[in-house]
Amino acid sequence: MAMAALRREGRRFAPSSPPPLLDASALLIEHHVPFGARSISTQVVRNRMKSVKNIQKITKAMKMVAASKLRAIQIRAENSRGLWQPFIALLGDTPSIDVKKNVIVTVSSDKGLCGGINSTSVRLSKGLHKLNSGPDKEPKYVVVGEKAKVQLIRDSRKHIHLTISELTKIPLNYTQVSVLADDIIKNVEFDALKIVFNKFHSVVSFIPTVSTVLSPEVVEREVESGSGKLGELDSYEIEGGSTRGETLQNLAEFQFSCVMFNAVLENACSEMGARMSAMDSSSRNAGEVLDRLTLTYNRTRQAAITTELTEIISGASALEG
Amino acid sequence: MFRHAAKNLLLRRPVPTTSAAGAAAARAPSRTFSADAPAAQTADAGFVEAWKKVVPNIDPPKTPLSFMEPRPATPASIPSKLTVNFVLPYASELSKKEVDMVIVPATTGELGVLPGHVATIAELKPGVMSVHDGNEVTKYFVSSGFAFVHANSFADIIAVEAVPLDRIDASLVQKGLAEFTQKVNSASTDLEKAEAQIGVDVHSALNSALTG
Repeated sequence: MAMAALRREGRRFAPSSPPPLLDASALLIEHHVPFGARSISTQVVRNRMKSVKNIQKITKAMKMVAASKLRAIQIRAENSRGLWQPFIALLGDTPSIDVKKNVIVTVSSDKGLCGGINSTSVRLSKGLHKLNSGPDKEPKYVVVGEKAKVQLIRDSRKHIHLTISELTKIPLNYTQVSVLADDIIKNVEFDALKIVFNKFHSVVSFIPTVSTVLSPEVVEREVESGSGKLGELDSYEIEGGSTRGETLQNLAEFQFSCVMFNAVLENACSEMGARMSAMDSSSRNAGEVLDRLTLTYNRTRQAAITTELTEIISGASALEG
Repeated sequence: MFRHAAKNLLLRRPVPTTSAAGAAAARAPSRTFSADAPAAQTADAGFVEAWKKVVPNIDPPKTPLSFMEPRPATPASIPSKLTVNFVLPYASELSKKEVDMVIVPATTGELGVLPGHVATIAELKPGVMSVHDGNEVTKYFVSSGFAFVHANSFADIIAVEAVPLDRIDASLVQKGLAEFTQKVNSASTDLEKAEAQIGVDVHSALNSALTG
């Protein structure tokens, strides 16, 4: 009867957490007990309970850490949101512009255990790559962060131009990001830069976003064609002695550094939020596994006691009668 | 057993990314931000169309235009106030503030912007920016950046760094000026000379801001 109860327990657990628990109950039966001994050992279940409890503690701690980091960085990300708006107001947003040299800048995290945000960014980057691939135009990747690098290297290794990692080792600031943006611009030829990142909307929701920064030549071309928002750029006077081309050059670089700064901050926020969610689910799961293991443990223990009692009583009644 | 079943039913797991993207797409109709500028909307719509054809399984990403409030169109008559957005990388110093005039330190000198100013793009050099609203004047020292004046009397000033004048330490300015002047004289390569020259420019601008 105890065995049947255990088997029933095993079957109930099967859909949600398959092999481990079944193995535990199977191990209980096959456990090497010395010949003649009758006790079913609860050691295996006890060990498992201890390790699950430790996992729960670790994931709870990771959630707390992520929550505190999120608080700090969320303020900075929200303050930086005004930074790219003037550029869009001036130059408009043209994500579907048709250019030859596209560079996709994928922003991702260095550390894992943060849910699916990095996979989302990578899938989007691959989608953009496919969208912009043509007979003589192959988009290139500039990868920020280890996680996207690992995923993209598997099938798009020859398209990756530059990888940057350990960006968040020191707290993010504008100087660091502008130096990074400068490096990227110096090393990569581009007509359009598409920055893929996860915009932080709330602790549980992150919006995959792509920002476009055009090179000064492309802007000049669009201005001359006179269509759309960029066509109106002609009506803007350029203050100072420099030509429009030079001003646009500086403008493009400035825009890229501002957009990168915001993108990196937002992505870091999303990473922290996603890690909070992931660790929270993980602790909750661990709690549930612990509950079920406790039940198994109690049943095993009670079964052993029942067996002992049954033996004693049947032995006693055999002596009497 | 039933306790656990009930807990499973009531559990609302926060699901990141994929269904967040779906949820965001479902929320998109309520976001009417991109509905204003028709050209931008067609660009966005064009992007979504092209995306859906090539990559049908993944939701298209959002573009920054959908996160921004649209700007008003150019009014027929000159408005009475200038709307200023002054942003820094770590803060939005002024956001949609209605003022009478701003003076920005453009590379060619002080540029005064009044409502109805012609659309301009100006690169900024280190100097003092002042915002005039009625009788009060707020002065900031900006390091560099850009200023856009739009035809609809909106001015966007993006600076890399800006401080109110009363927070600048005069003695440090003098020290910095002396140090960089010395570096200019002793610079060997062009790069060093350029860097030292930038230092001299900034510090002399700071100096004149404090004294002038």
